[in-house]
Amino acid sequence: MSERILVKGGRVIDPASGLDGLHDLYLAEGRVVALDVPPDGFTADFEVGARGKIVCPGFIDLCARLREPGHEHKATIAGESRAVAAAGITTLCCPPDTDPVIDTPAVANLIREKAQLTGTLRVLPIGALTRGLQGRDLSEMSALRSAGCLAVGNAHAPLANTLVLRRALEYAASYDLLVVIRPEDPHLADRGCAHEGPVSTRMGLPGIPETAETVAVAQVLALMEHTGARVHFAQISSGRAVRMIAKAQADGIPVSADVAAHQLHLTETDIEGFDALCHVRPPLRGRADREILREALRDGVIAAICSDHQPHEPGAKLDAFPATAPGMASLQTLLPLALQLADEGVLTLSRALAALTSGPAAVLGLELGALRPGAPADICIFDPEECWTVGEDTWLSDGRNTPFWKKTVTGRVTHTFFSGRLAFGH
Amino acid sequence: MSAALPARDLQLDTTGRLKHFLTIEGLRRELLERIMDTAESFSSVTEQTVKKVPLLRGKTVVNLFFETSTRTRTTFELAAKRLSADVLNVNIATSATSKGESLLDTIRNIEAMHVDMFVVRHAESGAAHFIARHVAPHVSVINAGDGRHAHPTQAMLDMFTIRKLKGGFENLTVAIVGDILHSRVARSEIHALNILGAKEVRVIGPRTLLPAAVESLGVVTCHDLDEGLEAVDVVIMLRLQKERMSGAFIPSEHEYFARFGLTGKRLSRARPDAIVMHPGPVNRGVEIDSEVADGHRSVILQQVTHGIAIRMAIMSMAMRPDREGQSGDRLA
Repeated sequence: MSERILVKGGRVIDPASGLDGLHDLYLAEGRVVALDVPPDGFTADFEVGARGKIVCPGFIDLCARLREPGHEHKATIAGESRAVAAAGITTLCCPPDTDPVIDTPAVANLIREKAQLTGTLRVLPIGALTRGLQGRDLSEMSALRSAGCLAVGNAHAPLANTLVLRRALEYAASYDLLVVIRPEDPHLADRGCAHEGPVSTRMGLPGIPETAETVAVAQVLALMEHTGARVHFAQISSGRAVRMIAKAQADGIPVSADVAAHQLHLTETDIEGFDALCHVRPPLRGRADREILREALRDGVIAAICSDHQPHEPGAKLDAFPATAPGMASLQTLLPLALQLADEGVLTLSRALAALTSGPAAVLGLELGALRPGAPADICIFDPEECWTVGEDTWLSDGRNTPFWKKTVTGRVTHTFFSGRLAFGH
Repeated sequence: MSAALPARDLQLDTTGRLKHFLTIEGLRRELLERIMDTAESFSSVTEQTVKKVPLLRGKTVVNLFFETSTRTRTTFELAAKRLSADVLNVNIATSATSKGESLLDTIRNIEAMHVDMFVVRHAESGAAHFIARHVAPHVSVINAGDGRHAHPTQAMLDMFTIRKLKGGFENLTVAIVGDILHSRVARSEIHALNILGAKEVRVIGPRTLLPAAVESLGVVTCHDLDEGLEAVDVVIMLRLQKERMSGAFIPSEHEYFARFGLTGKRLSRARPDAIVMHPGPVNRGVEIDSEVADGHRSVILQQVTHGIAIRMAIMSMAMRPDREGQSGDRLA
């Protein structure tokens, strides 16, 4: 049984309701029960002093790979759960590219059960759009939906052709499943490993042109109108794709998008010196793209910032740049990178936190990411001023593949409550 | 924001001395001149009856070729032997990594045999940087070609050839023709020519074979060979790989030769004293007419000869001084 908790004197920010002020928050039986005025007969089992700190809903991460099942040499659900909690994340979606892939209820259930065992996070598996992520035959989406998958997608794996895409969108729409698409035309991306532009040209790295993303977005948008599917574009990287999505939204097409936190800070020049830690997919793009991504977050065209957490074993990054595995471990840098946007004046603090809470909740149609009474007591408390250094003593993920290693960042989670239980306390 | 050292810091020690030779990019003009001056002093060695100097005596040089090569590997081997080094050729295309050993393990294993220098060729861009970052401090790495990124010794021997025949770079217009997109030679040559102060570097080819934003490297682009050859002093032809047809880069060898093949007639648009270069191996009738490849303006075989002196220069300059204080670049 969870306890009765009083979170006292913090600056409570709940982007969903627009609440922002000094408040006491009362939690009981795993839920938010009241603000400022304790319910009758409430006696706290313990108090958390939150003076000088920010209290907000626990974060919802639309894309984090915990590597289980199948890639336990990189990370495990139990192992990563500590980093998840330390990042202030209470709900996360894991893409279907596990091994076996999430194309059966058994795999989806396995992942959810392993997450439940940790008692500190809610994992929402994204079902595979096609069987085995092979891009040809549809997965049993109805069964996946019954097993609790709210969304289906094909992760980084391509679909065989546009007919499969059309059928998949139609079929998913029949069950009102959200389709998560990481838009990338496989032929245009070819064997690229860096943004096609002056930096990849100079370094002789095979490029992934911006058109790999825009062509895929255009295809999907056209087929959305035709099929009535709901689509979420994951990890948008190019300014032009943002503009296309904004226009579609203005036309009333039910499309949403997220961006990986690192895309809002790093650019193509960060791969200079062949820094494999900055080898990510989609690739780090130009400054102009970054500015448009930031704007889109401000305007709400992009609803969420995700971690796109991809922990790797050290060897995955020890090779010539193109031969290294793309992706960075990024759970615990999610909040600091979002706060940095507020610090730089790109976003208001409330908007930055919305992109981690109410924004992703709306994408998934979840009753999470808000502090209204009755909501699950998933709470993140953080010190917005505390500086900490990414390193041995602070980093809890098994994946150390972050370009921020040894870098000092600002904003540190002090407490994470998951369903009213303390999941992390610093 | 990122952790990796820029190439400059990786290649030079704190006194500005060559530690590894990975890319031309970021090097100073004086250093490139010094490499050519040193090569000049070695040219005489290669013409003597006893073609040896003892500069690298007792040193072990490993030619680590993850991609096949005849010319480059042979000239590196000859250069090392003429410097009196012990040379070991390791052809990895048929060796350990194909059995699943990682690149790093391969390097660590060979390094454990107390080697002093790796000469590396690899199909992936950045491989030489990666190896340089992971070898022991006393080991030098020479890039003998990594992916599309760099082939700095080839560029230096081309610069050496140009300097010998043209006297300098200031007033030169140089055309590089063909598959710039996939060419590590072109990238290194463009950097070298710009650092050495060439008047203009033109890259000529169909749009499919020019990389994105190539102008940012400091070149002028042109899609017409006749126009591009106008008044140039040096023409560098690049090899066209057969697989470019299947990749939809060009329709056919026939059409390519018709538009971008160097013929005697086309060459007449260049300056009367223009020279023709090619890093080899030459595809006769695809990028260059035999008549031109073997003609009096062609310096293709001189390039190969110069390759030995240039590689001797670079190896001697990059070799770490040993305990006796035997400095690698004492000739310089």
